[in-house]
Amino acid sequence: MKRFFQQFYLLLLFLFLYAPIFTLMLFSFNADKSRVIWHGFTLDWYAELFRDSTIIHSLYVTLIVAFASALLSTLLGTVAALGIHCMRRRTKGVYLTVNSIPMSTSDTIMGVTFMLLFAMLMLEKGYLTLILAHTTFSVPYVVLNVMPKLRQLDKNAYEAALDLGATPSQALQKVILPEIMPGIVTGAIMAFTLSVDDFVVSYFTAGTTSQPLSVVIYSMTRRRISPKINALSTLLFLAVLILLVIINFRQSRDESHKNAQKPKYQPLKGVEN
Amino acid sequence: MKKYMAYPYGVWMLIFIIAPILLVVYYAFTDKSGALTLGNFTSMLSYTSIFGRSFLLAFAATVVCLLLGYPLAYIMSKQPPRWQNFYMMLIMLPMWMNFLLRTYAWMSILENNGFINQFLQNIGVIRLLNTLLRPEAPIEYLPLINTGGAVVLGMVYNFLPFMVLPIYNVLIKIDKKLIEAAQDLGAPSGAVFRKVIFPLSMPGVIAGITMVFVPAVSTFVISKTLGGGKEMLIGDLIDLQFMGNAYNPQLGSAIALVMMALVFLCMLIMNRFDDGSGEEGGLLL
Amino acid sequence: MKKILALALSALLMTSLTACGGSSDEVVNVYNWGEYIDTDLLQQFEKETGIRVVYNTFETNEGLYSRLQSESYDVVIPSDYMIARMIDEGMLQKLNLDNIPNYSLIDSKYTHLEYDPEQAYSVPYTWGAVGIIYNTKKVDEADTGSWDLLWNPKYAGQTAMFDNSRDALGLTLKLLGYSQNTTDKDELRAAADKIIAGKDNFQGFWMDQILEKLPNEEILIAPYYNGDAVTMMEDNPDLSFYIPKEGTNVFVDAMCIPANAKNIENAEKFINFMCTTEAAAANAEYIGYSSPQREVYEQLDEEIKNDPIHYPGEDTIANGEVFRNLPEEINEYYSALWTEILR
Repeated sequence: MKRFFQQFYLLLLFLFLYAPIFTLMLFSFNADKSRVIWHGFTLDWYAELFRDSTIIHSLYVTLIVAFASALLSTLLGTVAALGIHCMRRRTKGVYLTVNSIPMSTSDTIMGVTFMLLFAMLMLEKGYLTLILAHTTFSVPYVVLNVMPKLRQLDKNAYEAALDLGATPSQALQKVILPEIMPGIVTGAIMAFTLSVDDFVVSYFTAGTTSQPLSVVIYSMTRRRISPKINALSTLLFLAVLILLVIINFRQSRDESHKNAQKPKYQPLKGVEN
Repeated sequence: MKKYMAYPYGVWMLIFIIAPILLVVYYAFTDKSGALTLGNFTSMLSYTSIFGRSFLLAFAATVVCLLLGYPLAYIMSKQPPRWQNFYMMLIMLPMWMNFLLRTYAWMSILENNGFINQFLQNIGVIRLLNTLLRPEAPIEYLPLINTGGAVVLGMVYNFLPFMVLPIYNVLIKIDKKLIEAAQDLGAPSGAVFRKVIFPLSMPGVIAGITMVFVPAVSTFVISKTLGGGKEMLIGDLIDLQFMGNAYNPQLGSAIALVMMALVFLCMLIMNRFDDGSGEEGGLLL
Repeated sequence: MKKILALALSALLMTSLTACGGSSDEVVNVYNWGEYIDTDLLQQFEKETGIRVVYNTFETNEGLYSRLQSESYDVVIPSDYMIARMIDEGMLQKLNLDNIPNYSLIDSKYTHLEYDPEQAYSVPYTWGAVGIIYNTKKVDEADTGSWDLLWNPKYAGQTAMFDNSRDALGLTLKLLGYSQNTTDKDELRAAADKIIAGKDNFQGFWMDQILEKLPNEEILIAPYYNGDAVTMMEDNPDLSFYIPKEGTNVFVDAMCIPANAKNIENAEKFINFMCTTEAAAANAEYIGYSSPQREVYEQLDEEIKNDPIHYPGEDTIANGEVFRNLPEEINEYYSALWTEILR
C-alpha cells in the first residue's frame, strides 16, 4: 500500500513536470494559430521555423558562444585548479571564495554587473562580451569539478615521475592529466550546458547582431505568439532527450567497470534568472 | 604544478568578478553627474513593497518546492538503483529545455480560455460554481493567470529540480548502518526519519533552499509572463532601470546592491542551521 | 585531451565560418517596434541591394531609449516625442535628404512637425491615433465611448493597460481632462493614482501581447494603436475600435539614424527603400497603420480612405494631442511614477 502511494506520488509529480511540455509539443502540429483549440494536423510551423533566418542565426550564435566559452573556461579553470591546489591555505581560501561568487549571485545581478563593466571598458556588446560573460560564470564549475580530483591524486605519483627523470610538463601530461580528466570533462560539459541554457546574462550582454537563441525566444514571447515557438520547443526537447540518452548510456557503460563514488548526475544550473 | 598557474584566473577574477561589483557599488552611490549621493538608496524606500513581494513569493515558492521535492527525493532514493537513474533523468530533462519555453507552456494551461478552464467548463464545475455561489454575474472561468499564485507556480515548476537534486544526492549517501542501528534500537519508522534521516539530509535541504530561493527572488521573466506585469518583482525593477521603461542605472545599481546584501544575509542565516559539513555539498553537489 | 581540444576547435571554426559567412558584407541594423513591418520587405530589400538586414524589435519608446545607451543601431523608428528627446540629447544624427530622394513622397502634412521642426532628423514612417479596442460580443455598447471603460468594474479583470508610462499616463490624463503634455506634477500625480486605483480592474500591463490576448478573448477591452486594431479585427471580427470622446494621442513614428550608427549609407538606402510607393503600400497594407506617403494614400480605395480606423479623421486629429518632449525633470518624474504604479 505504501509502495502504491509512493509510485502514485512520483507519477503525479512527473505529470506536473511533463504535462506542460507535452501540450507545447502537441500544439506545434496544430493547423491553427490557437494555442488551446485543436484544429487538425500540420507541419507548417516546422517549415516556417526553418525559414526564419533570425532563429537559425541565433542558433549559430548560441553554439559559437557555447563552444568558445566552454573551451576557454575549461582551459582557464583547469590551469587555475592546478595552481590553486598548490597554494597555501589562506590564498586558496581567497581564491575559492571569489570563485564561488558567480555561483551564488543571481543571474540578474551578474548580467547587470557585466553590462556596467563592458560599458566602462567601451566594449561593444557582441560575441566577445557574450563569451567573456559566459566564461566567467562557467569557470567556477570547472574549478570545482577538477579540484576534488586533484585532492584524490596520489601526491607521490607526481614526485615519483619527476624522480624517474620526467620533466614537470611530462609528469603533468602523463601522470596528472589522465587522473583529473573525468573532472575536466564534466566541467567542460557543464560549462557548455550553462552557456546554451543561459538567458538572463545574455539578455544584458548580447549585441544586436549576436543574439543567442534564448534572447530571440524571449522577444518572440513578447509579441504575437507564433506556434513556431512550439515547433522549436519540440525540436529542442528531442535534441536534449537524445543527448541525455547518449550520455546516460555512456556513463552506465563506464560505471560498470569503475565503481565511482561521485554522484552520477551533476545538477546543471539549468534555469537562470 | 606551480601556484603561479592560478594567476591568470586570478587576474580574470579581478576584472570580471571583483571589478563589476565595485562598479555597481560606485554607481549605487553616485548620481547622473557622477557626484556622490545617497539619493538612490533613499528613493528606494518607496519600493519596499516590491522587495517584500519578491521575498514573499520566492519564500512561498521555496516552501512549496521543499514540500513537494523532499518526498520526491526521498521516494526516489528508495527505488532500485536502475530506476533511480531513470527517474533522475526524468527530473533533469525539463531543466535542459529553455526555461522561457517552459514558462510559456504554462500560459496555455492557465489562461482564461486555457486547458484548465476548458476542462472545468466541460465537466460542469464552472456551472456548478455559478449555481452554488450565485455571483452577481455568472463566471465563465476561474482567474488563474496573471495572479501571484501563477507566478509562484511558475517558480516552483522551474526550480523544483534544484530542490530535488541536492536532497537526493545527500539521501543516497546516508550510511544505511545508521538507519539499521536506529531500527535495531527499537525506534519506530517515524522516529527514524525525524531523528536520523532528516537531520542527516539537512545539508541537501539547505543547498536546495539556496538554489531555489536565489533565482526565484531575482526572476524577472516569470512575473512578466505569468503575472501580467502588474506587480513587479525586484528582477523587474532592476530590468526596468537598465533595459526598460525607466532608464536609471544608478538607481538600478543601488537596488542590485541591496538585493545582493539581502540575499547574502539570507544565506548567512541559512548556513547557521547547517553544521558546516554541507558547505561543499551546496557548492559541488 | 588534445583530440578533444582539436575537435572542439574545429567545431568552433566550422560554426563560426557558417555563421559569419554573410557578415563580412554590408549590413544595416534596424530596430523597430514589434509587429511593425511586413517582413517580406526586408527580404526584398536584401535582394535589391545586397545589404543584409539585421532586424530587432523593441516594445516601447522608453525601452528603445534605454537600449540606445549601450547598443548601436543604424535605423530606429521612435515616436514623435522620443525623437524630440533624442534630438535634444544628441542621440540622433542629421539626415542627408539628398541620399533619401523618396523623402519627397512624404505628404507635407506630416513633415516639419513640432518634434522635428526642420525635418532634419527623421522621415515619417506611419502615423495614427490611440483608441480602445473592445469585444462587441461581451461589452455593452452603452458602456463605450470613453476611456473610463478600462476602469468599468463590470469588466473587472478583463481589461488591460499600456505597459509604458507615456501612453498609460497620457490616456489617463485625457480621461481626467488634462493635457497629455502637462508638466503639472499634481495632474500627473492624479493620473498615476487613477491608474493605481484601476489595477484590480486591469488583468495586466502589456504591449504587443495585446495583439494576441484581445483576439483570443483573454481580455475584452484594451487601449492600443489604430493600426494594430485593424490587424486584430482581421483576426477576430467581433472586435471593434473607437476613439474616446475625451480626445486622444495622435502620433507620428519616424525613421531616424542614431548618432552612433555604423552603416550610415546603408541606413539611408533602407529609409529610402521604405519610402518607395511600392514598399510603403505593402507595409501599410500589412501592418494596418496609416501611411504618411502621398502616393500610397492616393492609391487607396475610397472605403479605406474614409475608414476612421485606417485613417483617423480630421475631428480625431483636431481633438487629439501630439506628445511633446517634456523637461528632463518631468521625464524623471514619469519614471518614478511608473515604477510606483507597478510596485
